[in-house]
Amino acid sequence: MSNDNTAARSFTKVLEILEEHDFDEHRIVSILQAVQAEYRYLPQEVLTFVATSLKVSPARLYGVATFYSHFSLEPKGKHIIKMCDGTACHVRGSKAVIDAVREKLGLSETKITTNDLMFTFETVACLGACGLAPVMVIDEEVHGMMTPEEAIKLIDAIMESENA
Amino acid sequence: MKSEKYVYINDRPVLWEDETNILALAKKAHITIPTFCYHSELSVYGACRMCLVEVEGRGLVTSCSTAPFEGMRVKTHTNQILKLRKIIIELLLANHERECTQCDRSADCKLREISYQLGVNELRFRKTRERKELDTDSPSLVRDPNKCVLCGDCVRFCDEVQGIGAIDFVNRGEDVFVSPAYGKSLANVDCVNCGQCAAVCPTGAITIKNETHKVWADIANPDKVVVAQIAPAVRVALAEMFNLPPNQQNTGKMVAAMRLIGFDKVFDTAFSADLTVIEEANEFLNRKLKGGKLPIFTSCCPAWVKFAEQSHPKLLDHLSTCRSPQQMFGSLAKVQLPEMLGVPKEKLSLVSIMPCTAKKFEAGRPEFAPGGVRDVDHVLTTQELGRMIKEAGINFADLEPDSFDLPMGFATGAGVIFGNSGGVSEAVVRYAAGKLNLDVPETVDLMPTYLDKGFKSAEIDTPVGKLRFAVVHGLKRAHELALKIEKGEEYYDVIEVMACPGGCIGGAGQPIASSVQHRATRAETINNTDKMMSIHRSQDNPYMKELYETFLKEPNSDKAHELLHTHYHSRKRIEDEEIQFFDASDESRCKVKVCVGTSCFLRGAQEILGHTLKTVADNGWNRYFEVAATFCTENCDKGPTITIGDQVVHKATIADVDRILGEEAKKREA
Repeated sequence: MSNDNTAARSFTKVLEILEEHDFDEHRIVSILQAVQAEYRYLPQEVLTFVATSLKVSPARLYGVATFYSHFSLEPKGKHIIKMCDGTACHVRGSKAVIDAVREKLGLSETKITTNDLMFTFETVACLGACGLAPVMVIDEEVHGMMTPEEAIKLIDAIMESENA
Repeated sequence: MKSEKYVYINDRPVLWEDETNILALAKKAHITIPTFCYHSELSVYGACRMCLVEVEGRGLVTSCSTAPFEGMRVKTHTNQILKLRKIIIELLLANHERECTQCDRSADCKLREISYQLGVNELRFRKTRERKELDTDSPSLVRDPNKCVLCGDCVRFCDEVQGIGAIDFVNRGEDVFVSPAYGKSLANVDCVNCGQCAAVCPTGAITIKNETHKVWADIANPDKVVVAQIAPAVRVALAEMFNLPPNQQNTGKMVAAMRLIGFDKVFDTAFSADLTVIEEANEFLNRKLKGGKLPIFTSCCPAWVKFAEQSHPKLLDHLSTCRSPQQMFGSLAKVQLPEMLGVPKEKLSLVSIMPCTAKKFEAGRPEFAPGGVRDVDHVLTTQELGRMIKEAGINFADLEPDSFDLPMGFATGAGVIFGNSGGVSEAVVRYAAGKLNLDVPETVDLMPTYLDKGFKSAEIDTPVGKLRFAVVHGLKRAHELALKIEKGEEYYDVIEVMACPGGCIGGAGQPIASSVQHRATRAETINNTDKMMSIHRSQDNPYMKELYETFLKEPNSDKAHELLHTHYHSRKRIEDEEIQFFDASDESRCKVKVCVGTSCFLRGAQEILGHTLKTVADNGWNRYFEVAATFCTENCDKGPTITIGDQVVHKATIADVDRILGEEAKKREA
């Protein structure tokens, strides 16, 4: 039942977002940001609705949504793990951590979210914390000097708390 | 005295009049600067960088986007420029699928042509992009992203001229490609199949869906009698494929070539255009006299019809119910020809030759396939017919002209001018003038050729009042006019809409030639053909008289309605999922769907949806109902539409929602 209410609430929120932005197509990016904040991604059917409301073609809106890497058209997991693979982290062994996490979660370079929508694992070019390399960020929390073993431990801890 | 300003191109003075860029001035100096992304009718994009020139004091600039100034000194082919252009081509070719021998655009590919002109003879760069799937689901067009050079001509045409924006750029940087929304096929989005994207494409990234193999198969089949109809605009453009100048004999050569290919009968779509004139003019005069829906919009252009169905549901009952000449010919041929030719209907194969890619879509509409058998079996474009003639090895230039078959090959000048934008209106006026005994010449030229402006209008005084005509081409202009009509800001009696520039003569099925001048020549050839014909008014076609006397009885009769008229329905712009607000797990729950498509949205569907969700939540009715927002139930004219269980409520109000939800909830509580 709680799912039902969430979806309805999200959609009402989209209507509010559109109204707050005066249905102005020039504010397309901030509208999409707000919609993504609500859904954690940009669902296709919601995008079509937004395009219709703003009187732009769905292809144009899709173009904007795919231009910025900030926007995601795939559902993202509840927990977002980002691994830095910039130069400093790379030379200090980020690759081994990336491989371990992907194996643990059954993910790959192209499949970044688990089927149960619990985890999304992304690599990023630099987090600006090279002194702590290799760096991993889990749900906005920074973890430095990462090793494959440590990463697995952190993921196991999240899984346990989710199952509890 | 006119001020004289000069610009120096390669040190030669060129008079600068109203040219807005260097590219146009260079043309005056007899220099063609290569471009991919420059089209005089579209906005300036400046993306392909092929048109670089050197301006003294400024260095290298793109000639398409640089305005001239007095005394400007331009060099168009320095060593540096030529070298840069070569590198650009090399970079484009690196990722371009270079299977030119299998490409439909091999003969008129700008990339191949410019590459040859610049003498690009080695490629130093390797392919960096992965191969993408082709989009072959559309009945009219094929998209091959692997051949795209990202010039954006197709994107801009669809947006700026047609006002649709069915395709756009996706992603960024290295990963950019052109695609319909969500990577869908053109077949499942708001594309109206006009094909102008293919016509402006400099390579083979968007091409016409080729059907020649199906026609060759029917011709080779001894059981089939293959009959062709040819649209008016085809005859004035086909010869371009054989590099022949416009000539009245080209129509005769075209018929001769088709007989050589193996068509059993060659008829003329201008014949059924005459029929369209009579049906449509009577429909219009009836509406005018009896206070029916006006303005009447023409319905000959299948791209416009689809556009109206998906964007102007309110105006659908303003569209003429007349089928297009192609489909009138189709239904009439399938009814009359079996007896006339002594061939069973199922052995008859009807092929139409059209200047148009949207005609392929039109012929496949279910309403034009009674009992599942299509009236028009195959649609070939002018380009495809030209290819068949070449394939058969026929020397088109040397052919002796031949004439159309009777009776369905006999047309008047009124039927022929359908090929030009404004032709349908003019033909209707010629008919009405006869019927209302107006004192005008047989070939009234109400609205002189205008071509590049895209809109014209005229008024004539008649005993039944003033008749006001408007003619537009380009769907964006049509859309703007339709909005004014909907708001009551403009009034006309007849509005003719053609999607393509200049009307059918500028159709995307015609040989590739997108310049305004090229289209003007075709338009003039059509007008001259009309002038040379002995009959100019559809009602004077003796076979029309016979057809009505022996078969149809009178215009707009029941028989005519069955065979020659149609109906329209609102249509989804995009195939899309519903927004589910509830897990669709419980089958026993009553399903509530609120349409939030454009039309319903504008009529307040949003408030209804909000109210529905709130009502369900406030009453704790989650166990009874599951609510979804859906994207168009294709009842736009009756919106807002809400479906509750088995009940479909049109023009729904909040009171309706309260009442029906209450009833359903009560049923379930019991």
